[in-house]
This record gives sequence, C-alpha cells and structure tokens, in this order.
Amino acid sequence: MTFYMKTKKQQVLNLAGWTWSWVATLALATFGPQFIWDDHQLLTILFVGLNFANGIAMVIANRHFFNSLDELQRKIQLEALGITLGLTVIIGITYSLLDTTNLINEDAEIGFLVGIIGVIYMVSTLIINKRYS
Amino acid sequence: MKNKLKVLRAEHNLTQEQLGKAVEVSRQTINAIEKEKFDPSLVLAIKLARLFKTEIESIFIYAMD
Repeated sequence: MTFYMKTKKQQVLNLAGWTWSWVATLALATFGPQFIWDDHQLLTILFVGLNFANGIAMVIANRHFFNSLDELQRKIQLEALGITLGLTVIIGITYSLLDTTNLINEDAEIGFLVGIIGVIYMVSTLIINKRYS
Repeated sequence: MKNKLKVLRAEHNLTQEQLGKAVEVSRQTINAIEKEKFDPSLVLAIKLARLFKTEIESIFIYAMD
C-alpha cells in the first residue's frame, strides 16, 4: 500500500468517524430531551452545542479528505458536488413551493432535503467515476 | 490530448499501479490518462516526463481541432 493510499484511507476513516459521531450527537440532541434527561434545558443546550462543534469537526475532516485525493479524484468530487448543489437547490425550492401552495398535505421537512443530498451525491459520484474508469 | 503513456509504461515494464505509486496518483488516474479521458495537470505531466527521462512534448501531443 502506497503512502498516498495510506493517507487517503486514514482520511476516509477520519471522515467516517466524525460523520458517525455527528449523527450520534444529533440523535442525542433530538431525542435526549424527551427520552433521556426529561427536558433539562442545560443538558439540551450542551448537546446542541456538542452537535454543532462535531459538525464543524466533520467539515474539517471532509476538507482533509478532499486534500488527500489526487487530481482526477478531486475533479470527480467537484463535478459530483456541483451536480448535487444544483439539483438540491432546484428540488428544494420545488419542494418548498409544493408546501406553500398546499399541493402536498404534509409540511416540507429539512430531513427530506438532507436525504436527497445524500442520494444525488452518491449517484452522481458513481456515474462520474464510471465515466473515468 | 493524445499521449504515449501506455507505450512508455510498457517499455519500462511498469503496471498502472506501479506508475501511479511513482508519481503519487491512483491507478484510476493513470488509466484515465492512458485512455485519454483525463488530461493531467502540468505538475503531473512534469513528474511523468522526469520519470521516463524525456520531455513533456514526447509524451503528450496537443492537437488543435
């Protein structure tokens, strides 16, 4: 395994670690007040802050991961992120319009948008990777 | 941009993996350059030229349409 591959693997593991801990702190901050600490405000503030700080660490880990990639992989990521950003804005605005014009019964949820971001990013990365293989 | 990377690599008995390791890029990147799906940066082109002890123009041929 080359130094380059070791560095990339380390950065992927680092990013995965911060992502999972961000999800875990998000779950704690969301469900903790109701199911664990009985709406104790100080604990809620603490976990919301912890989740925010964890999110910042996740963004930094993502930047390190990006910098560990070689030039083709960066190009692939850049194209995938560009497609994801564009489609997310379009889908997000359309989804919001459907809500405000009452064309859908339920309220527009941010969770839907986050899910859409994940799916679009994954699919576009796979397609662009295939194009360069 | 056309290139002679595959020929040079074969002449030096290198695999894509070995060449990638020598110039610090992935095997996928070497493969994409060989298939002319991706044009390398100037830095990578210089690294490849130095590795094969030749000039960039001997590896990469820029043809204007």
